Amino acid sequence: MKIVLQNLTKKFPGRSKKSPGEVIAVNDFTFEIPDGKLIGLLGPSGCGKSTALNLICGLQKPTSGKIFFGEDDVTDLPPEYRGVGLVFQNYALYPHLTVLKNITFPLENLRGADRLSKEEMEKKALEAAKLVQLEGLMDRRPSELSGGQQQRVAIARALVKTPRVLLLDEPLSNLDARLRLQTREEIRRIQRQTGVTTIFVTHDQEEAMSISDMIVVMKEGVVQQIGKPQEVYDEPVNLFVARFLGTPPINIFRGRVSGSRLCIGEESVLPLQNIPDQEVTVGIRPEGFLLQKDGPLTCRLTRVEVMGRDVSVVSTHPCSENVSIRSIINAETKVDPDAQNVCFALKPHKLYLFHPRTGERIPFTAG
Amino acid sequence: MDNKNTKGWLYLLPAFLFLGAFLIYPLIDVFVYSFEEGYNSASQTFSGTGLYNYSYVLHDPYFLRAVQNTLILVVITVPLSTGLALLISVALSSVKPLRDLFQTIYFLPYVTNTLAVGLVFMILFKKTAYSDGLVNLLIQGFGGNSVDFIGGPYWAKMFVLCFYTVWVVMPFKILILTSALASVNPIYYNAARVDGTPKWRIFTKITLPMISPMIFYLVITGFIGAFKAYSDAVALFGTDLNAAEMNTIVGYVYDMLYGNSGGYPSYASAAAIILFSIVLTITCINLLVSRKHVHY
Repeated sequence: MKIVLQNLTKKFPGRSKKSPGEVIAVNDFTFEIPDGKLIGLLGPSGCGKSTALNLICGLQKPTSGKIFFGEDDVTDLPPEYRGVGLVFQNYALYPHLTVLKNITFPLENLRGADRLSKEEMEKKALEAAKLVQLEGLMDRRPSELSGGQQQRVAIARALVKTPRVLLLDEPLSNLDARLRLQTREEIRRIQRQTGVTTIFVTHDQEEAMSISDMIVVMKEGVVQQIGKPQEVYDEPVNLFVARFLGTPPINIFRGRVSGSRLCIGEESVLPLQNIPDQEVTVGIRPEGFLLQKDGPLTCRLTRVEVMGRDVSVVSTHPCSENVSIRSIINAETKVDPDAQNVCFALKPHKLYLFHPRTGERIPFTAG
Repeated sequence: MDNKNTKGWLYLLPAFLFLGAFLIYPLIDVFVYSFEEGYNSASQTFSGTGLYNYSYVLHDPYFLRAVQNTLILVVITVPLSTGLALLISVALSSVKPLRDLFQTIYFLPYVTNTLAVGLVFMILFKKTAYSDGLVNLLIQGFGGNSVDFIGGPYWAKMFVLCFYTVWVVMPFKILILTSALASVNPIYYNAARVDGTPKWRIFTKITLPMISPMIFYLVITGFIGAFKAYSDAVALFGTDLNAAEMNTIVGYVYDMLYGNSGGYPSYASAAAIILFSIVLTITCINLLVSRKHVHY
């Protein structure tokens, strides 16, 4: 099921007389989600991603704009008629019902011709449980399950009525790190297996990047960038997106372009073409540094962290906007941990220039 | 001996002493009195021991009438008041405007004095030489015959007593149930809505189970409270409840001790022990039933 969002906007009125200003949670969101894809809705907390999800599932009504599922306009349809499955952040499993009853709950709501017999319901519930590997736990109560199991019950409950769209609201945030890794693979597998168009909301960029077909980066209700994870990572449209994606995060410097050269502080670090002289904000990915004896960028070495596969060099520079600069170097390169300074050469395709005030990306050609 | 343990017991000692002196000892005492025949509290003497007190009480028509009244009161008012309170609480939690005002209005009877309210009820229901009372005026307005609710037939008096009891106990139940309803996490309702659950099913399958511990609490305390009813009847029908045929078990105990026919602590003790065993039995049954139907 293709989902089309057209100029979707949601405003919340001011809370009281003291704060009359209305809050625009989602601002002019236009996007077409192709059928059968897994979409990650990504942004810091309070950026409107959960509101966007609630608009799609129908729990909240948009102030303006339209939502289409396939060819149907569902903008004014209440959630029960939209055919969406929703997995809540804390799962919202009914604590007084067994796993089986929780999963069959949506089926028991069906009336008339759609009504299934008890056997068919149980059969469907078992199928859903099998999909999420929950067989054998059907008689337990949610409180007797681990976080990961509860999560899977919630997914099974959302899938059992074969929804047109599956929505997941921060599905992994209540799980520990190891389980999170495992469960996100699970979600990917289940989504592939069922082919249901899936949107999931997260503030964890790694999570979104690792399993999504496409990611949507949001900030303060406004969509910043939409694209395949690698594309968005490699070609961020602005400073916010560049900063938000990637661990360790991108390193930011104050710089200046003068005479077709990029300067950071007094050092000329990179020759450039086709770019007028101006002040710029420079973003360099941690993997964009090359350790070189006579490299143009000289930083004061703080420490070297060995991580096995790579070495992380932590250093400082007077023009850096971060407290420390973190660069990731191949472990085969030897770094003297007692050295005062380290010198880097920079990989041009891992280096981005942004407008210092607006944060917009400034294109350049390395010369 | 474990030092920590001693300290723990030491901290518990005041409560133990207090409860022992004012609760456990009197309870045992009442139990003992109930088997002492012809006990005289002034001379502290009794003529013999046995089950005669119980036999007397159980054959006393006033006691049987009191038991009948109490049971009718319990059976009618507990389910009725709990059900009505639930209805009102659900209605209250689904309206937004004026909710606080309604909540205050519904809570007013709780802070009002029982006897004052009884007086108001008397004015509403009583038939005197000068006035038939407001309720009778209404009945006449609809073409019915006026009934003396305070001094008339048994069913009319029972009706007033039940009506009054329901009215008095409801505010507390509404208070408890509205807060129980408010404490149900709205995420469950959202989940149910997304799954297309009809409203009635949301209520029976989600709301009721979620607030079942509170309902159960109200039923148990309601039963106990109704079994111990006394002041309500006095407020409506005066102190001579036996004559009004409106006595309750607690009223009977009181009358046996201090009333006009009083001065029989042995009979009072026997009646009190019978009441105690009835309440205990009902509460145990309640607990057994609740284990099957109350969640968490």
